[in-house]
Amino acid sequence: MSGLMMPEADAATMSRRSDIVAALRAIVPGEGVVDVVNEMRAFETDALTAYRQLPLVVVLPQTVQQVSRVLKYCHENNVKVVPRGSGTSLSGGALPLEDAVLLVMSRFNRILEIDYPNRAAVVQPGVTNLGITKAVEHEGFYYAPDPSSQIACSIGGNVAENSGGVHCLKYGLTANNVLGLEMVLITGEVVRLGGKHLDTDGYDLLGLMTGSEGLLGVVTEVTVRILQKPATARALMIGFPTSEEAGQCVADVIAAGIIPGGMEMMDRPAIHAAEDFVHAGYPLDVEALLIVELDGPVVEVDHLISVVEAIGRRNGATTCVVSQSEEERLVFWAGRKAAFPAVGRISPDYLCMDGTIPRKELPKVLAGMRELSDKYGLRVANVFHAGDGNLHPLILYDANIPEQLHKAESFGADILRLCVRVGGVLTGEHGVGVEKRDLMPEMFNEVDLNQQIRVKCAFDDKHLLNPGKVFPQLHRCAELGRMHVHAGQVPFPDVPRF
Amino acid sequence: MTVLTPNTEQEIVEAVQWALAEEAPVEIIGYGSKRDLGRPLQTEHTIALSAYTGITLYEPDELVLSAKAGTSIAELETLLAENGQAFQFEPMDYGPLLGLAAGQGSLGGLLSTNLCGPRRLKAGSARDHVLGVRVVSGRGELFKSGGRVVKNVTGYDLSKGMANSWGTLGITTEITFKVLPAPETETTLVIRGLADDEAARAMAIAMGSSGEVASAAHLPGNVASRVIDGALNGEASTLLRLEGFAPSVADRASMLKNLLAAAGAIDALPLEVSRRLWREVRDVIPFADATDRPVWRVSMVPMEAYKLVASLRMGAAVDAFYDWQGGLVWLRMEGDPEAEAVRALIRKYGGGHATLVRAPASVRASLSVFEPQPAPLAALSKRLKQQFDPGGILNPGRMVAGV
Repeated sequence: MSGLMMPEADAATMSRRSDIVAALRAIVPGEGVVDVVNEMRAFETDALTAYRQLPLVVVLPQTVQQVSRVLKYCHENNVKVVPRGSGTSLSGGALPLEDAVLLVMSRFNRILEIDYPNRAAVVQPGVTNLGITKAVEHEGFYYAPDPSSQIACSIGGNVAENSGGVHCLKYGLTANNVLGLEMVLITGEVVRLGGKHLDTDGYDLLGLMTGSEGLLGVVTEVTVRILQKPATARALMIGFPTSEEAGQCVADVIAAGIIPGGMEMMDRPAIHAAEDFVHAGYPLDVEALLIVELDGPVVEVDHLISVVEAIGRRNGATTCVVSQSEEERLVFWAGRKAAFPAVGRISPDYLCMDGTIPRKELPKVLAGMRELSDKYGLRVANVFHAGDGNLHPLILYDANIPEQLHKAESFGADILRLCVRVGGVLTGEHGVGVEKRDLMPEMFNEVDLNQQIRVKCAFDDKHLLNPGKVFPQLHRCAELGRMHVHAGQVPFPDVPRF
Repeated sequence: MTVLTPNTEQEIVEAVQWALAEEAPVEIIGYGSKRDLGRPLQTEHTIALSAYTGITLYEPDELVLSAKAGTSIAELETLLAENGQAFQFEPMDYGPLLGLAAGQGSLGGLLSTNLCGPRRLKAGSARDHVLGVRVVSGRGELFKSGGRVVKNVTGYDLSKGMANSWGTLGITTEITFKVLPAPETETTLVIRGLADDEAARAMAIAMGSSGEVASAAHLPGNVASRVIDGALNGEASTLLRLEGFAPSVADRASMLKNLLAAAGAIDALPLEVSRRLWREVRDVIPFADATDRPVWRVSMVPMEAYKLVASLRMGAAVDAFYDWQGGLVWLRMEGDPEAEAVRALIRKYGGGHATLVRAPASVRASLSVFEPQPAPLAALSKRLKQQFDPGGILNPGRMVAGV
């Protein structure tokens, strides 16, 4: 583990371990409590594999009541809890703590209700993202957000991270596709937010919960919107001599009133790595490759394909191929979808970053990245959700060479600082977790962060849920609650001057 | 009675700090267009954002717009239209329903009441399009959340937290929204003569098809006579809006006509009529009758909502029409709002919520304007309020007594 500081383990909790295990066994019988080191190994990391930590104990509840009782026990006994879905977080959101119960929701794996007339599915949080689509596709429906880990990632984890995917430019993020939640607060209280109807009549707690990275509550049921599959989808593969021209093409597509189903960009290193790996037929003599997918009724797609093709040519495209069959469309995507493993083939290790920038800043950010690459002596390949400005630089390094992980992390941090400097953000879809936690002050000042922590205080005033994630420092709620008002000392007692 | 009209963000901060120091609750308004919505306030002082106006960022290519909270929605919509863009969530205008002129709302009010319109099914509401906010909390502290990019999961989404908070958590000073291309054209298919339950089934079939229906509403006969100058001839009308590029709209219209052939004769309304019709549905023009007869806004599961209306009709004189595939019901009552009956039926038929959006102030003061929450949820909302506004000075009691 490199220099990541996690909250110091509480010795008193550690010394009570056998009591805690016994109490959990009384709540979740049988194999639902795992306390043997060898069996806990499977849970010591998520998809941010640079960090590993064995939990205090693992509990796998099966019912809402068990979740409620586990949390109530932990709350009453001041035991920390780290919730976990499928463990596919790229930011270490499910990294265990030595003195915390790891609450694994994988046994909540049932689809409870599919309601086609109301276009909703009610599922347990351990159901995979793709599992929802699989359950409804025979009726022509699907669940729109499609993070690349969709075969494995759970819908509960999607809610925690507000997951996106290739199609979110047109169809929205998890937050735009979840209609309702049942969740358990750290006190053990069960609350329902939303349902198969739309919106809320109170505060948008559903909006606050989505993307809260397991710090506010544990989701036990999710109601999602399901959509009818578009009648057809076709893709264009457009190559450009420069990233500026590719960027201008993206801007012109949007200026033409077109919101494609997907619009992805790859830079030269990523194109080469992907082509070597899957032979998708990508041009190797271009600096930037765009994949633009149009979906909808056949006449609409045919119409828009010709518009986008013309925009591409006007912007200096040297290659422009339109998919003529479903097979060909999938081949275009095969390279992009395999970009991460493809990079994995040309480098022993890589770090995947996740900043978002205003699209127009892309050339500047790519140039900055080339300078940083020279400075750190590490290669970088870029894949980019071009439509929404979400950048995934892959930093290539070798963990067996001393200091390379540290160097790669510093390189990554510098890229994210650059993103923030040009008006972007630290993370577009992977979450803050532990990975970007210490960079939060790059984007937020102390007042901003304190107000976020106050939201945490409303949900979990003892900071027992997933501590050490998202916030560089968790101030005590009592401390944050103090008001600094002194009557008569405010800047202007003379009110009516406005 | 003092009305503060700050001109700068710093003056907004100072105004809140003054209210804190004086322990003086304040009402937060833009131009006051929604003052008659929600629970009536009894504050001595008002902070009006009407002087804090202006667009701070508009980059059409980047699909992003930021403006100060007092900026007029109408002005922003005009600017967007000039650039072929729109707020895709189509914010409704409560003015006509509340007996006021149209076009008086501010951007701050749009977010704090989470406005949306008939495109809600496909495009969401204000909370689905807000990207970032600057806010002065009830502590008199200025904080920001979110940013100017669409994909952003950096920290809690306090921008959504401000949506539908009715000015009780903080004063939003500046808001950044995602904006989108306005549809090139639109048409509306009209199916005549369906009963409410038949309409619900027809709308479910349409929404579940690949016709990409943007809006689906049903106007029973007596309501249908009160839109587009009576051009629907007072016949029950089930409305399906199709938007997009012309060839696509034509193609989907013909597909849907085939799909729904069994439901009855189907006409198509031309562009300008279609636009006007949906504006009138959006703004509840059928009930904009210059009275203060109670009007409910009810959100339910689409296939259940007509049962609520049928049950109510057995016991009381109600007028109703449906938007959102049937899931949004606008109910006008004759006299008594019948709050308990309405809410009991919502619980009976799959759950949801009812907001009393119009009623005399005395009525709104004496019953729950917003849907009452179960105890743990109400307690959580109260804790959230305390974290943002521990002195309880911002719009106290606007939503619920004590919050």
